[in-house]
Amino acid sequence: MIAFLMGRLAQSLILLVVVSIIGFIVLNLIPGGPMSQYALDPGMTQDDMARIAEQLGLNRPLWVQYLDWATRMVQGDWGTSFRDGSPVTAVIARHVPATLILMGSSTVIAVGIGTWIGVRGATHRYSSFDYAATIGAMIALSIPTFWFGLIGIYVFSLQLGWLPAGNMYTIGDGSLLNYLHHLIMPSIVLALVHIAIWSRFMRTATLDAISQEFVKTARAKGVSERRVIMKHVVGNALLPMITLAGVQLPSLLTGALVTETVFTWPGMGRLFLDSLGYSDYPVVMGLLMFSAVLTIAANLVADIVVALVDPRIRLA
Amino acid sequence: MSTASTLPAPAPRWWKSRVVRRFLGHRLALLGLVMISLLTLACAFGPYFLPYDSLQIDLRGRFLPPFSGDHYLGTDPLGRDIAARLLMAGRISLLVGFFAMLLATILGTLVGVIAGYGGRTVNAVLMRLVDGFLSFPTIFLLLALAVALKPSPIMITVIIALTGWMEVARIVEAEVRSLKEREFVLAGRMLGLSRAHIMFREILPNCMGPIIVAATLTVARAILLEAYISFLGFGIQPPLPSWGNMLNGAQQYLGSAPWLAIIPGLAITIAVTSFNFIGDGLRDALDVRSDSF
Repeated sequence: MIAFLMGRLAQSLILLVVVSIIGFIVLNLIPGGPMSQYALDPGMTQDDMARIAEQLGLNRPLWVQYLDWATRMVQGDWGTSFRDGSPVTAVIARHVPATLILMGSSTVIAVGIGTWIGVRGATHRYSSFDYAATIGAMIALSIPTFWFGLIGIYVFSLQLGWLPAGNMYTIGDGSLLNYLHHLIMPSIVLALVHIAIWSRFMRTATLDAISQEFVKTARAKGVSERRVIMKHVVGNALLPMITLAGVQLPSLLTGALVTETVFTWPGMGRLFLDSLGYSDYPVVMGLLMFSAVLTIAANLVADIVVALVDPRIRLA
Repeated sequence: MSTASTLPAPAPRWWKSRVVRRFLGHRLALLGLVMISLLTLACAFGPYFLPYDSLQIDLRGRFLPPFSGDHYLGTDPLGRDIAARLLMAGRISLLVGFFAMLLATILGTLVGVIAGYGGRTVNAVLMRLVDGFLSFPTIFLLLALAVALKPSPIMITVIIALTGWMEVARIVEAEVRSLKEREFVLAGRMLGLSRAHIMFREILPNCMGPIIVAATLTVARAILLEAYISFLGFGIQPPLPSWGNMLNGAQQYLGSAPWLAIIPGLAITIAVTSFNFIGDGLRDALDVRSDSF
């Protein structure tokens, strides 16, 4: 177990280095690179630019600059936002909760509905339900998230008037019910793709679990079919799904960015897009790196959880 | 011994081959193929038969709903014909999707073959690079690159490919690694064939099934990604229409002119669904195992 943990941790660290190199390349591709803030200022002369480049150490070899940049990232110095002058880490931290709430509620919806569809599809294999679920999943994966959001707003906000068309709460109304009312549509819109993914993986995992010996044993012992499915099959099928949850995080963040844009949801995705619009590159870079670090951490946590739950790894 | 039995069996026609038969037996795949063919033909030739040009502005005929006279799908906020724009946009979106797939597949295949056949170090370096790219949410990377490099249609195609080659690389790497211990590879080595020859002429042709399936699904993904970044305003730039940028700004007219949002979104959904259906059919026809679908 210790060996597994150490190995897994080492993998994550290596991945962090790889990710930081990719990030550093993107940073240097941005117009003006690390000097973009000054490049936009019309009062700057060539001499000024050269002097700032000198001060920022931009005439040193690239690998020295990279080490310098990476060290500062590790130390938590992610620069300051061009827009309001506050530290990038603080700006990001302000926007994380909204995104976490959105992604969290979406995940609950996707896991709940996806598990049900997947298990039912596997236990009623080749039934019309199974076919409908398969085709439905492929269509759900093909619908652009933002378009689904627009259609949702058109139907449920503009035509029926049941749900708010955007924002996290009504100004002047801070009740929990008001928050939940605003959360319903964005979280369902974001969940759609993940219901599809989750249900397909769950179907495969359930089919795998059903064909295992312990299921045969449980049935032979006279355990009711319902109990066999609920306890032995679903329990075991859910195990690999923990890994899937970690792997799916980048795609969840991609969906969140689009969903937040359509529903003016004040999260990280919205911040990323606004920062792009204002050419606030420190925040853009900060979010890019933060999302990758979040993904690496989520995958690490998922693997550790699986290891803790699964005695085959825990006791190894 | 009769001479008849030594005659080679007549070569089966390609359209009678098992793969084609199984693909055609897959109803959804067939539906996808028909839909995408019709859509492609409409985009290629349709604009020549429409009464309006996609860039023709008519400020007296703004926001016309679908089926208003010759404007079969209505007009947009500048009075331009939506049908004409939809088909011209389809050209861009489908071309970007196709070429992004081509680039991503070539890049992914190269990385996959080299990583799979190469030694431990080469494999480790390349596969960690794949993992690294997969750690970023695609759209974050895509938007950052779109801002960094000027968003011309060619550049958009390139950056979509840059963020979409990893799946292919993973699939090819796994295939190559399992194939490289097989006898025919060993035979090739004993014959003194070069590494490149073994990698690309002996092993690669045996990976074509999974590559074709992954490529089909990559087209679907590329069309979606182009739509995402163009919708957000960082992809294909107006006046050049794309399905994504036709939707940019449609939200503010959702109440008064919902067709502005509904029509291009339907086109994207139909195109992407078609490629996903075709990919599913190819997977069955080519006997490609998969973990999920």
